[in-house]
Amino acid sequence: MASELNTITVAAAQALLRKREISSLELTRACLDRVRAVEPKLNAFINVSEREAIEQARAADRRLASDGAAALCGIPLAIKDAYCTRGVATTCGSRILEKFVPPFDATVIAKLRDEGAVFIGKTNMDEFGMGSSTENSAFGPTLNPHELGRVAGGSSGGSAAAVAADECLAALGEDTGGSIREPAAFCGVVGLKPTYSRVSRYGIIAYASSLDQVGPFAKSVRDASILLRSLAGIDPNDSTCSARPVPDYERALTGDVKGLRIGVPREYFVEGMQRSVESAVRAALKQYESMGAKVDEISLPHTDYAIAAYYLIATAEASANLARYDGIRYGLRVEGANNIELYDRTRAAGFGAEVKRRIMLGTFALSAGYYDAYYLKAQKVRTLIRQDFERAFERCDLLVTPVAPTTAFRIGEKTTDPLTMYLSDIFTISVNLAGLPGLALPCGYDENGLPIGMQIIGPPFSEENVLRAGDAYERAGAVERRTAKV
Amino acid sequence: MTMALAGRDKYEAVIGLEVHTHLMTRSKLFCGCSTQFGAPPNHNVCPRCMGMPGVLPVLNRKAVELAIRMGIAAHSEIASYSIFDRKSYFYPDLPKGYQISQYETPVCKGGYIDLPANGGEPRRIRLVRIHLEEDAGKNIHAEGASLVDFNRSSVPLVEIVSEPDIRSSAEAAVYLQTLRAILKYVGASDGKMEEGSFRCDVNISVRPRGSDKLGIRSEIKNLNSFRFVENAIEHEIDRQIAIVESGGKVVQETHLWDPEREETRPMRSKEFAHDYRYFPEPDLPPLVIDHTWVDEVRAAMPELPSARRARYMRELGLGDYEAGVLTAERELADYFEAMLPGLKSPKTAANWVMTEVLRRVNESGRPLAEAAAPAAESGALLRMVEDGKISLNAAKTAFVEMLKTGKGAQATIDALGLAQVSDEAAIAEACDRVLAAESDNVAQYRAGKQGLFGFFVGKVMKSMGGKANPKVVNEILRKRLDG
Repeated sequence: MASELNTITVAAAQALLRKREISSLELTRACLDRVRAVEPKLNAFINVSEREAIEQARAADRRLASDGAAALCGIPLAIKDAYCTRGVATTCGSRILEKFVPPFDATVIAKLRDEGAVFIGKTNMDEFGMGSSTENSAFGPTLNPHELGRVAGGSSGGSAAAVAADECLAALGEDTGGSIREPAAFCGVVGLKPTYSRVSRYGIIAYASSLDQVGPFAKSVRDASILLRSLAGIDPNDSTCSARPVPDYERALTGDVKGLRIGVPREYFVEGMQRSVESAVRAALKQYESMGAKVDEISLPHTDYAIAAYYLIATAEASANLARYDGIRYGLRVEGANNIELYDRTRAAGFGAEVKRRIMLGTFALSAGYYDAYYLKAQKVRTLIRQDFERAFERCDLLVTPVAPTTAFRIGEKTTDPLTMYLSDIFTISVNLAGLPGLALPCGYDENGLPIGMQIIGPPFSEENVLRAGDAYERAGAVERRTAKV
Repeated sequence: MTMALAGRDKYEAVIGLEVHTHLMTRSKLFCGCSTQFGAPPNHNVCPRCMGMPGVLPVLNRKAVELAIRMGIAAHSEIASYSIFDRKSYFYPDLPKGYQISQYETPVCKGGYIDLPANGGEPRRIRLVRIHLEEDAGKNIHAEGASLVDFNRSSVPLVEIVSEPDIRSSAEAAVYLQTLRAILKYVGASDGKMEEGSFRCDVNISVRPRGSDKLGIRSEIKNLNSFRFVENAIEHEIDRQIAIVESGGKVVQETHLWDPEREETRPMRSKEFAHDYRYFPEPDLPPLVIDHTWVDEVRAAMPELPSARRARYMRELGLGDYEAGVLTAERELADYFEAMLPGLKSPKTAANWVMTEVLRRVNESGRPLAEAAAPAAESGALLRMVEDGKISLNAAKTAFVEMLKTGKGAQATIDALGLAQVSDEAAIAEACDRVLAAESDNVAQYRAGKQGLFGFFVGKVMKSMGGKANPKVVNEILRKRLDG
């Protein structure tokens, strides 16, 4: 049994740890064994902290010996490399932070440490979260555990692949335009982007501050619920973080969706999307109907403008957020004859092509004479998109959509054409613009055996409803979860 | 001050000032680090004010309160809703690559500062706005290396922007003095220019007298003393008049004041040609200030200089000039008031503060608290003068001594033996001795040389070591000589 411990769910591990049938050390070692076996193929991690993980597991076992250990005590997790971890290198997938070791923990990392969680390592990602395939990492792409020639999705591709390949029990990601949900769909795992402000962003390296939100990857909706409860909550270090009380999400998982009104936005079933993706999502909707939910088509009329608005707002915020990487205080520095030359050389050498593209786009959008036409107009579109959702939620409780128009594409397939790559996020971006919770969960496999993801979207702070619907679908067992082939 | 060139009478200057001043909070604007000046470099820093990845700002409530106080004192409208913006530019002392400031929605809108009349016409300088922002760090160039100290990074500032209502360098100086006094009165700022906590940018243009059009303005940046502001304005007025007089056009540009050469020089275009790309700071929610808060701050406001000045004239019978000098600085007015209990004449106390106390401050160049003995002890000295126990000269001597020894008034008078003799018998005896010894002079006095009276007084005083009560000496000598 010990060799398969890494494949169990967080919920199962909790029970076994509590009953002292297994130790965190066994669990952690099983994960680390798996990491050693598959990492040469997958490249899901930028950094594996084996020694620290073993120490954390031993400490967790001591705490588990007495009653009252916290929910995630002893649970091995992988952390996206966008989270600042005290004393552990944090690169955000970038050369410019290759040797950066934060002197502080992100709030959620501190919370997980307090609970006694075990950190297996820091996972690979598109540089600064900018990408949909993890091919924009300075440390090489992460490959899809279901088929190594395919991308894992992005930007949190490392975390998605690590969960799919059972290198950990669950993982943390960050989602600005789909960076949790799209890789979760591509790798066949559960990924949750909570409501904006539900989870503290303090210490998470910012891409686009008004869109970024932290969330979990897991092997089941129940596991995602357990993780969210530990992550969510007010943080005096993040002025944008919500003070709303955090419910026990797991208790919301009743399996009951009778009378649930599900909306299906017609704009999310577009010309040119992969047929097997559409049919899998339609089949899931039938499943919900058979369980007593009511399914209706609705409209989100401003959907077409979402990508344009997103690529102005996100890049504008990013152009300021990434200005701090100047070679003066930390991270990469390439010397120059004067300050300007030092900045130029440092940033030229430190940032990858996609990051440079987005910084330039954002700088342009904010420039004098262009602000009104670009940034301000994009903010107006954002309001319209939010209002689309508000109107939709007057008629229904939740929306169900595909996560992405296709399953995982081939490595290199879209790297030469950024615009095609941007379209991978067409179904996820609006959710960030509107600040809503979005859950990605597996709902089938395509003709190549690649996972297909379904997205459940709810109004702000409706995570209990969203998770209940996802869990109910999972329980119905219409789709058997396939183990990654790697 | 430089000599005004010809043409001054034909033109008038139009001047607006932007004053930046540190707010006296204990912690920084967006993190908990200390704001204390003079700490070792990079001592008061944390991941937030160093601009580490992933950090987020948390607004200091006290800084907002001080800005509200300043707004109330300047008759501004306190915005119930304002937002923070990012102002982007690259500089090594700016850790995030942007400064968190306020752009379109300042915390205080409008308002005005009334300048004291000082015998002339009273003047009202209108304000455009007061907004909150964070300071940057400080670049230090030493031995071929460039170093950055981030202690000042994120220290709270207010920027107070005036309308172009100022017409001369002297008026600019009065405006700055008045503004600084208000800032100190409300406890918003310590106004210490030498520590960089009070800095000024000047916008200036000239136009023919009588015109109501604005000329092309230039900007002089980063002046950190009142004298530099005055000199720079004088210099710039002359420069612009000379250009216009010779048929040229003033170019809109930014100048730096060179205090050593006493002239302005244009900054290279690279130094100021910024597109700051302002946009709303997504990491901070809008700043919402409700009426209740403003009312609370208003209720706790200290008496402002203009009100205090009026009170001194009304209740203490001081003149406009005296009241103005005493209330110019809050510490001085507080000192003056602390002397008053038990004193018969506020006027005596006022003269004492304006001569003895201010002399110590000016001579030592130190703050009042260090330059002069405590106000209560000053008051005690003056009470002794009023009671005839010591002379005014003895009080002055004791005052200097007290600062050296730290001893109280009575102890110092005792130690120096300065107590005054008012005993009539003792003084009469001394008078008789002097008159006996100076019989020739007494004869001349009686023959009509009245001017000798002072000579006798001096002799008596000298014979008693200066401690005799001069009033008693006078009385007895009159009796003996004229009686």
